[in-house]
Amino acid sequence: MIEFIDARWADILFRSYQHSSLVIQSLLLATVIAVALAVLVTSCRRLTPVANAVSAVGLTIPSFALLGLLLPIVGIGTVPSVIVVSFYAALPVLRNAVVGLQGVEASLIESARGQGMSGAAVLWRVRLPLAWPVIMTGIRVSAQMAMGVAAIAAYALGPGLGTYIFTGLTQVGGANALNYALVGTLGIIILALILDALLVLLSRFTTSKGIRA
Amino acid sequence: MNQTTATAPDGSGAQLELVDVVKKYPGQSRPAVDGLSLTVPAGQTVMFVGPSGCGKTTSLKMINRLIEPTSGQILIDGEDITGQDATQLRRSIGYVIQGGGLLPHMSVAENIGLVPGLLGWDKARTKGRVEELLEMVGLDPAVYRDRFPRELSGGQQQRVGVARGLAADPPVILMDEPFGAVDPITRQRLQDELMSIQEELQKTIVCVTHDIDEAIKLGDQILILREGAEIAQYGAPEEILAAPADDFVADFIGSGSKLKQLSLLRVGDLPLSQPQTCRVGESVDEVVRRVEAAGERSVVILDAQNRPKEYLFLRSLKRHQTVPVFSHELQTVVDQRSTLSDALDAMLVSSHGGAMVTGGSRGDYLGVISYDTVTEHIRTLQTQTGQIRAVPSAGWEAS
Ligand SMILES: Nc1ncnc2c1ncn2[C@@H]1O[C@H](COP(=O)(O)OP(=O)(O)OP(=O)(O)O)[C@@H](O)[C@H]1O
Ligand SMILES: [Mg+2]
Repeated sequence: MIEFIDARWADILFRSYQHSSLVIQSLLLATVIAVALAVLVTSCRRLTPVANAVSAVGLTIPSFALLGLLLPIVGIGTVPSVIVVSFYAALPVLRNAVVGLQGVEASLIESARGQGMSGAAVLWRVRLPLAWPVIMTGIRVSAQMAMGVAAIAAYALGPGLGTYIFTGLTQVGGANALNYALVGTLGIIILALILDALLVLLSRFTTSKGIRA
Repeated sequence: MNQTTATAPDGSGAQLELVDVVKKYPGQSRPAVDGLSLTVPAGQTVMFVGPSGCGKTTSLKMINRLIEPTSGQILIDGEDITGQDATQLRRSIGYVIQGGGLLPHMSVAENIGLVPGLLGWDKARTKGRVEELLEMVGLDPAVYRDRFPRELSGGQQQRVGVARGLAADPPVILMDEPFGAVDPITRQRLQDELMSIQEELQKTIVCVTHDIDEAIKLGDQILILREGAEIAQYGAPEEILAAPADDFVADFIGSGSKLKQLSLLRVGDLPLSQPQTCRVGESVDEVVRRVEAAGERSVVILDAQNRPKEYLFLRSLKRHQTVPVFSHELQTVVDQRSTLSDALDAMLVSSHGGAMVTGGSRGDYLGVISYDTVTEHIRTLQTQTGQIRAVPSAGWEAS
């Protein structure tokens, strides 16, 4: 195993970088889309149950199936990977953002409007900052999930550590099969832990001291 | 802004006029506010009272257009506000709600500086204003400026809420049960502070309350409403207490209306007694000698700023070498603008049958109001038939 890692050191690092890059970019995209959707949905009360249903049902779609559906449309490579990872990452963020935004007391919003804040000011300076800790929790859940989904996305020849796992699986019984699978899996776990720690830090620095738990 | 001229002082109140204002919520058969017409003179405080659900909050929120009137006109200084941009309008109307309504993720300074910020004041001016307002509501800026709302007591949050409402020096201030969420002693303090602030600023204040005593104490005018925001009576507290328009009003002001006259009288209207005083840090032996020479058994302790700190019997003081520093909150201190009923409350917890009286914005010690002075005064009131007119109502008989 040590020999295995030694021989492929540069490749492993490069793939880890690719994997993280895919996850982080998809996560950013997912967050922007999900928060925007949540703002839309919470402004129109009738849409809220729809959003909750979508995020619940969406998570039950097997990622392989989604990938299979996407491949004929967008072809193989990075694009389907980003789409699939973003899709799954968006769901927990959407759900938490809806909950977080709904959790902002109506009386507080009214008090802010009563001071003369415009609708946009209330959104940026009151609703989003107050919902932020809940949204960040959603982002952390998404990040963990995205790490796993990104591994599966490697099936579509997307970048990252997932390729190692697939190589391992296709070569079962071969000389390095176990090493491939193990290094791929452990690598993803380590990356996931690092990313989570970074997100915890980010959450601390971006949440007002006045509402920090 | 401290100087008040004979005419309206700078940044003072504006006349507020409601003309046949109606609010009908969708799906309701009867309007919540059914043709309310009302004029509030500039610089006066009008208190809205009435049973729950009679339309007080609805009427109030139509003034800053958090609720849009179904019909009617609302005029501030003669200008109809119903056509103005609502967001801009609200920046020129102070709004204070129960509990303060502070934004929990913003510091005290950010909360107070909210409206000045929206109005585009520069940072230095906003900062100066925040300090000034914190001082005004009795919070030390150095201590409280950077705190978050959750790090404040309920009373302190409410103070910040009042400061925020005053921040941009609006001519009209709306308050919805501002002191409804704090304990009675804090409430009384906050009322006293609001009165001294209002004495200086002369804003036009519309304040909703559930508490008729608060209305009598704070209001230049009281508006008593019934269902549908129909006016039952509108007038000065003295008028309403002396001559309730009908049984509804009489019931509403309650059977204790003779005692309620106590809410009209200020501590400063009565003579204060001047017991012996001493300073923190003085030698106890000396103080005891002096007080005993004057034939008294207790002494008022003042700090270096001339604020009362404690009212002690000599025997308790004798345990110390020098007069110690007392830092606990005193419940037996009232402002000279407090009402006699507040003073009676304070006396109940005093072991001396009297409450210490302070005046001015820094709470300087003035003297002591004694229980005997108050009861004596009530007795003379009762014999002066001219002062309290008999009122033919069920409630009156009961007292
Ligand atoms: N958003 C709303 N939609 C429908 N009806 C409402 C709404 N807000 C208030 N009402 C109704 O309008 C009437 C007046 O309400 P309002 O809040 O003005 O009463 P209030 O005098 O402030 O009462 P309270 O003393 O309990 O605060 C009530 O009957 C209430 O049920
Ligand atoms: Mg109300």
